[in-house]
Amino acid sequence: MWRFRVLKAAAAAATLFAFSAAEPVMAADVVKIGILWPLTGNAAAAGQASKAAAEVAVDIINNAHPELGDDLPLAKTAGLPNMGGAKLELVFVDHQGNPSLAQQLATRLITQDKVDVLMGAYQSSCSFTATAVAERYGIPFMVGESAALNITGRGFKWVFRGTPIASDYARTYMRFFGDMKKQGKKVDSIAIVNENTDYGTSVADAIVEEAKKANIPVAIRIPYIASSTDVSAQVLQLKEKQPDVVIFISYTADSILYMKTMKNLDYAPPMVIGDDTGFSDPSFIPAVADVAQGVMNRSAWAIGKPGSTTYKINEMYKAKTGRDLDDTSARNMQSFFALADAINRAGSTDPEKMRDALTKTDLKPEQLMMGYEGVKFDNTGQNILAATYLIQLHDKKYELIWPDKAAEAKLQWPMAGWKK
Amino acid sequence: MLLLQVIVGGLLLGAIYALFSSGLTLIWGMMNFINFAHGEFVMLGMYVSLLVVMWLGGGPAAFGFAAAFSLFVLGVFVYLSLIRYVLRGPMLSQILSTFGLALLLRYTAFWIFSANFVSLPQTSLSGTLNVGGVLMPVPQLVAGVIAILLTIGLHLMLTRTKVGSQLLAVSEDRGAAMLMGIRPDRMQALAWGLSAGAAGIAGALMAIAYPWSPSVGETFGLTAFVVVALGGFGSVPGALLAGLIIGLIQALSAFWFGPIYKDIIVYALFVALLWLRPQGLMGKA
Repeated sequence: MWRFRVLKAAAAAATLFAFSAAEPVMAADVVKIGILWPLTGNAAAAGQASKAAAEVAVDIINNAHPELGDDLPLAKTAGLPNMGGAKLELVFVDHQGNPSLAQQLATRLITQDKVDVLMGAYQSSCSFTATAVAERYGIPFMVGESAALNITGRGFKWVFRGTPIASDYARTYMRFFGDMKKQGKKVDSIAIVNENTDYGTSVADAIVEEAKKANIPVAIRIPYIASSTDVSAQVLQLKEKQPDVVIFISYTADSILYMKTMKNLDYAPPMVIGDDTGFSDPSFIPAVADVAQGVMNRSAWAIGKPGSTTYKINEMYKAKTGRDLDDTSARNMQSFFALADAINRAGSTDPEKMRDALTKTDLKPEQLMMGYEGVKFDNTGQNILAATYLIQLHDKKYELIWPDKAAEAKLQWPMAGWKK
Repeated sequence: MLLLQVIVGGLLLGAIYALFSSGLTLIWGMMNFINFAHGEFVMLGMYVSLLVVMWLGGGPAAFGFAAAFSLFVLGVFVYLSLIRYVLRGPMLSQILSTFGLALLLRYTAFWIFSANFVSLPQTSLSGTLNVGGVLMPVPQLVAGVIAILLTIGLHLMLTRTKVGSQLLAVSEDRGAAMLMGIRPDRMQALAWGLSAGAAGIAGALMAIAYPWSPSVGETFGLTAFVVVALGGFGSVPGALLAGLIIGLIQALSAFWFGPIYKDIIVYALFVALLWLRPQGLMGKA
């Protein structure tokens, strides 16, 4: 059957391009993309949400969606136009958040499922091991949203990453502070409160470094253990130092505890920025909306105005899952689009050609669904144009307030906290 | 002033530790039995409180009572259906039985309530008291005061009442107690009920102040064991004293040296004290 299909496609190609020496690519009517995500285990919710996002992306690419406009690559046409309308096929595997399982599954996807490219893997630790397999076999690997610095920068040729990483976030915060200073807001010192595993430490390190470059003194840095049952000591330390902005890099329970404790101890800094994670957890807003008004957070994803492309993408996702698209899944979806765009430009599933196309990727902001400056990979494979928006808690939802060109609501500074 | 604030915060936290641990020490004192599921009892107390608030719209008094009562029943049930039998087995199976129970309860909670963090909606117990510049969050204050009262009450019940004497009699000499007409099974079931009930109230009080998920028992469980060991196994006043001391040391060391050092300091002092006084602060040598 398979052979018959290939023959048929080849025959069709030969007729169409009788003089262009039968490109072998025309035989590929399906491009197989192997995706590694945690579909069960602790991070299953994130993995499942991303899986749904990837499926929406495949729908957009495989079927004609003229309603999404001309800018989003591959939306208007059905399939990959440069490959005779070839369709994408997804093969999902579940690594359960286990790095060694991720490594085995990556091998299996390449050797048994014969996928053409790989994508994944949510947890940085899993991306770290799975990308090494792709490198060994010479198969392109798109890292969707894992943020640890060491995934790129190992001298790998086959690994690309679409998402912003810790240093991008840190730079964004500094650019924001620069803007605020121009508007006459006081940002003379900041405090950093970080949970002390890889995540909190690496983001906090990046912020300290960028703050040094931006010449903004860090009044105090407080590392702590996320499972702490009491954070009053930290809040009192902050109260003593009186920084203009406090940046929290925290998980869920601790971020809620911080907001409640700050109110209990009557500590209201001019501004609080939460670095995603705990502040984006679905339980954060219901727990502390009444005491944390004006808290800022980051997100590269914004649903946008009704009728916009992002709004329509969100509607498609919502129809499938019943929920709005979240930042994590949206970053994965954007990386997926960038990967599909490169495969289309390669016009072939030949690994070397796809790799070459990925290195030449140059997507402009209007071609993206995310708030990046673009997608362009440096020689380590990292997207150098990745960036993020800043959002702020107004009433019971986050609204996009920075940068100005994308803002949908006005910045509240100082934040109101629990004072209405 | 800031220092006074730190001390008050530490003592309020310590009072919760004390209440949390008093039930654990009761079981130990009565039966020489370590209940690894104690943290999970507290966790269930927190979820009972949440359900009472969500479904019945009850206030702190209602959910406190509901948590205590339902956990009391669970404690008695656990004793009658599990502990009574494993007590006849070897030491190792006694230890592992409650460990298994802990995992069973924790993962059942994961299944029913999901891994998301929840917290109680603002109840009538909210706001902050300002006593001469020292801020005392009302939920923590109420929790702390109730914790101290209940711990003292538990101690008085054990030492001053007939039921208390019967409980202690069973723990000291089961055979002799039976000759005196005391039914050990009934007494020990009561002890399990009281212990779990105390855990339930501790859970209700903590639910007012903290967000939690099904794994909260793990976090508090370890602290409870340290409090019990420091206070002296089986001593309720010891648990109260040890709870307050640990809360205070944690708060002070977090403030002076930073939060990541607080547990190092607490446990270093703990090990040093056990070296000097292995029976704990108020345990019998």
